[in-house]
Amino acid sequence: MMRQILIGMTVSAFCAGAAVAQVAPEAVAFTEGAVEQSLSGAAGNPEEGKKVFATAGLGNCVACHAAEITKDIPFPGTVGPTLDGAADRWSEAQLRGLVANAKMTFDGTIMPSFYKTSGYIRPGDAYTGKAGTEPLPPVLSAQQVEDVVAYLMTFKE
Amino acid sequence: MTQRTITAALAATAFLGFAFAGHAEPANDTLIIDGSEIITRAAPAAHLDGALTELISGWQFRDTETRAIQMDDFDNPGMIFVDRGIDSWNTADGTDGKSCASCHEGPESMKGLRAVTPRVDAKSGKVMNIESYINDCRTTRMGAEAWGDKAEAMTDMLALISLQSRGELVNVAVDGAAAPIYAQGKEIYYTRYGQLELSCANCHEDNNGNYIRSDHLSQGQTNGFPVYRLKDAKLTSAQGRFVGCVRDTRAETFKIGSDEFNALELYVASRGNGLAVEGVSVRN
Ligand code: HEC
Repeated sequence: MMRQILIGMTVSAFCAGAAVAQVAPEAVAFTEGAVEQSLSGAAGNPEEGKKVFATAGLGNCVACHAAEITKDIPFPGTVGPTLDGAADRWSEAQLRGLVANAKMTFDGTIMPSFYKTSGYIRPGDAYTGKAGTEPLPPVLSAQQVEDVVAYLMTFKE
Repeated sequence: MTQRTITAALAATAFLGFAFAGHAEPANDTLIIDGSEIITRAAPAAHLDGALTELISGWQFRDTETRAIQMDDFDNPGMIFVDRGIDSWNTADGTDGKSCASCHEGPESMKGLRAVTPRVDAKSGKVMNIESYINDCRTTRMGAEAWGDKAEAMTDMLALISLQSRGELVNVAVDGAAAPIYAQGKEIYYTRYGQLELSCANCHEDNNGNYIRSDHLSQGQTNGFPVYRLKDAKLTSAQGRFVGCVRDTRAETFKIGSDEFNALELYVASRGNGLAVEGVSVRN
């Protein structure tokens, strides 16, 4: 029994150490806009994803998108389409690609790229107005992308 | 205007923002101040090449309460700064012991200037906005120190001078000496800056009328500047506003008074050729 617990602990330690399995922003492989592999190597948490969706300093998706399922988040914007049924229209891989870099799906879209670190014009240091140095930290971490994708997977009609 | 009215106006803003979220059309109201109509909708100038179908002042994008505050100079908090500007107009400063009034007499001598600036000075070839004229006078004719671009003394004077052109139609030159500056400003307007990769055009040309969260996106016209922003409770110049916008794209901003922002200010002002100078506007 003790041995099993120890083995279990070793395995979880190994998984936690699996930051190695994380896909770096520069290494994300897009196939027609979609990204098959989890960026963090772990599953997303839809509840955390909702926070990413609603929080101005994170995804701030609500600044541009409304949906029936997000109607408890006040003042949704209208710049982007409503996301009702997004999970019916798009696969998980396509949604991951959309969040990581929507320009791979919609050429020239106003939707920001949330998992990208370089190739910017006058990159800034977050919202300070001061110069930033590329590679910038991505707007969302690998896990935050996975979380918001997991949340989007609940947008079914 | 008292603090109480400001708070009431803010509360009303929040309420109306909620009630009309998703309702994309700007108002179709008439701006009348002191019995005179100020033009807030106009046909676009030819140089815009169809980029906008109609010019609409930011005033139309604000809620009923905010629009009403601007209709009455006694309610418009920006007018307090105009009064301070008058005091400073008449006050001698610098080693030459001169005030603005020493050379220009009353502020009404500035009538018309706001409608045609920024412009390229024929002699020096420099882009001159009102701030540059003010600091040129201070440093070369008064023996005084230049005012900082965000100094209250500067925005007060900006308010006073703008007010002299209230109701006049913006008519910023885009050809001749201004042509290369116009081209530079246009290039900047359409460049997608920062980690969010947003250009001025992304929001103000392609998405005016839409909401970003509870913010009703306007055309980003500058005819109302300086503006009294209710949430800041102070005046902001056009370039001061540009700083905020560029910063919000997670970009390194340009500096107030830089060649880039001077060009951008000239270009953006020219996009409003045909709208009226509002004097000191009120926005949220
Ligand atoms: C600045 C506005 C903006 C922000 C912020 C934004 N989006 Fe978008 N998004 C758009 C636009 C516009 C489109 C439509 C694509 C196009 O035609 O440009 C879009 C498209 C999408 C789509 C596909 C639309 C569909 O249902 O078919 C999804 C899914 C999506 N966005 C999710 C997100 C998520 C999740 C976030 C936050 C991490 C986000 N967006 C943030 C503007 C935005």
